Amino acid sequence: MDFMNTFRLALRALARNKMRSALTMLGIVIGVGAVIAVVSIGQGAQYIVQQGIQAMGTNAVFIAAGSNRAGGVRQGYGGVKTLTVDDMNAILAEIPLIKQAAPALTSRQQVVYGDQNWNTAITGTTPNYFDIRTWPVQAGSVFSNEEVDLAANVCVIGTTVARILFGTDDPIGKTMRIGNLPFRVDGVLESKGQNVNGQDQDDVIFAPYTTVQRKISGITWLQFIAASAVSQEASVAAVAPITSLLRERHRIRAGSDDDFMIRTQADIADLQNQTQSTMTMLLGGIASVSLVVGGIGIMNIMLVSVTERTREIGVRMAVGATEKDVRMQFLVEAVTLSMMGGAIGIILGLIGSMLIANLLQWPTLISGKAVVAAVIFSTLVGVIFGYYPAHKAAQLDPIEALRYE
Amino acid sequence: MMNMAEQILPAAEMERTGGKGEPVIRLENVYKTYDLGEIQVQALRGVSLEVMAGEFVAVMGPSGSGKSTVMNILGCLDRPTKGRYFLDGVDVSGMSKDELARIRNKKLGFVFQQFNLLSRTSALENVELPTVYAGIKPEERTRRAMESLRRVGLADRAGHHPSQLSGGQQQRVAIARGLVNQPAILLADEPTGNLDSRTSIEIMEILQTLNEEQGLTIVLVTHEPDIAQFTKRNLEFRDGKLKRDRLVEERLNAREVLKAMPTAEEEAAEDAGAAGGAGTGAG
Repeated sequence: MDFMNTFRLALRALARNKMRSALTMLGIVIGVGAVIAVVSIGQGAQYIVQQGIQAMGTNAVFIAAGSNRAGGVRQGYGGVKTLTVDDMNAILAEIPLIKQAAPALTSRQQVVYGDQNWNTAITGTTPNYFDIRTWPVQAGSVFSNEEVDLAANVCVIGTTVARILFGTDDPIGKTMRIGNLPFRVDGVLESKGQNVNGQDQDDVIFAPYTTVQRKISGITWLQFIAASAVSQEASVAAVAPITSLLRERHRIRAGSDDDFMIRTQADIADLQNQTQSTMTMLLGGIASVSLVVGGIGIMNIMLVSVTERTREIGVRMAVGATEKDVRMQFLVEAVTLSMMGGAIGIILGLIGSMLIANLLQWPTLISGKAVVAAVIFSTLVGVIFGYYPAHKAAQLDPIEALRYE
Repeated sequence: MMNMAEQILPAAEMERTGGKGEPVIRLENVYKTYDLGEIQVQALRGVSLEVMAGEFVAVMGPSGSGKSTVMNILGCLDRPTKGRYFLDGVDVSGMSKDELARIRNKKLGFVFQQFNLLSRTSALENVELPTVYAGIKPEERTRRAMESLRRVGLADRAGHHPSQLSGGQQQRVAIARGLVNQPAILLADEPTGNLDSRTSIEIMEILQTLNEEQGLTIVLVTHEPDIAQFTKRNLEFRDGKLKRDRLVEERLNAREVLKAMPTAEEEAAEDAGAAGGAGTGAG
């Protein structure tokens, strides 16, 4: 018996018990639909996380001071005094993989404008920093390299600071106070929203690093260097040369720990991949549970169907159906059930995720992979759970089957 | 129905061998033992018989005589425990299940007491069923099935479902299904067991026509002597053995019998409870 025939036969058998077939499919429909919807919500969330990581600057390499062991006591990042602007210049000069770098050091200060005040982090850096982090201003401009050289009292503020201190006033050109010093506001940065950890990235003030070193913090070293490599691969490749260069410059003996810490975009991507695979496994778990439940439903109904149609099986065998013919007939029926369930589930899942996207304003991203996986899984469920009933049908003795009441 | 005995078919005896030398069926000392755990049931104890092409044989005997078992073996639904079975010259006693399925498909046609048509499936599709498993192309299947339905006089009912047909019509569809692959033998297991006496004879008329006019070899199981009287040869089984093998001497012609019978309306008018005889009580 050819396949088309078997398939047509299966459709007709299923159509004979429409209600039963529909209810049996429901298990698979719900399983597949839920997976599709949940995966698209998950993918939507991941997309946002990815955007956030992109926002940290592509090809970025962060070198943080710290992790120096002094008599067994480790100091936190930024806690050591060895990372300097000279280090940064050496990296730029000697490692061609790095095309840009900016120094950074941060100090928390009370800031005041008019009758408003606020406590926030002042980061000292150079104009390059905004390129590396792909962070333009939305109004005004970034302070210049000359102003860095002069250690001028100028700053660029984030939108949160602008809102809190200036309210509806235009901050550009106004003078605010950071600590005890007056600073002129040159620009307001574009909003970056929350970062991956949920921190407000717009609650920031940037000033020339020279100004922060000399006038605010009173230090000569840096807390970290933000650099950017020529490409994403280069950012990973640059880690080793930067490490050896800094170890040499800091005169760290072989066997001693680094007094700095390098993180690249790739590290962050790795972390994200880990989260992603955990998520995928979780969803896979939910999916397989619901699909197994649906599969048991199919098996149950197919067993009932085989019993009900014992006489039919007997007749088919008497007129020449082989065991294989009978097995195929019931297997195709089970797979048709599960695949139809899968197809309806996919459609409902897609509709569901669109509804969620529209009604709840959650970002969703429909995943082609999830759809393909749903098709494969629902087919597999049909084969696995349909096999036993089909085998049982094929093993019937035609004489017994013909006599069955 | 007693007057049926007077209808004699003169040519019956000389047609017995159908003129061909090779037997279609040959059982050689066949045994069948059912192992029911603690006890073993010997359903057949050394049965040997031959059926030639063109014969019309009735297998008779009380329940437990082994007639069903012999039918199952003849129908390739079961295999002998011992002994050999040649069907159309081929030894089928040692064949695998798949090979037997193919033999059933190509060489045998089945007619059952309960018709065993697929419900909610048209007569045409029911008749097509064996051709489906023979791997015949759809157009050819339909052509053959229509031809087969024509042979039993039901071409105009091709689209009807079994529930829309009378018992006699259903059995004729079943006969058409049995014929569709041009089998060597038609095996009929109590084909009139579920039918009233008039319909039973109508079915026997079709079988007689197929046998006489088209040379179809038919083996029929019945426990009703009246029905056996329409065939050419009776095999009587008892206790798993073939007890009697005799030619039917006063053979009945179903067409003649039908002419002599009152029609259904007349019977109803007479309010005769004539359902006895060939009608009910079949097992």
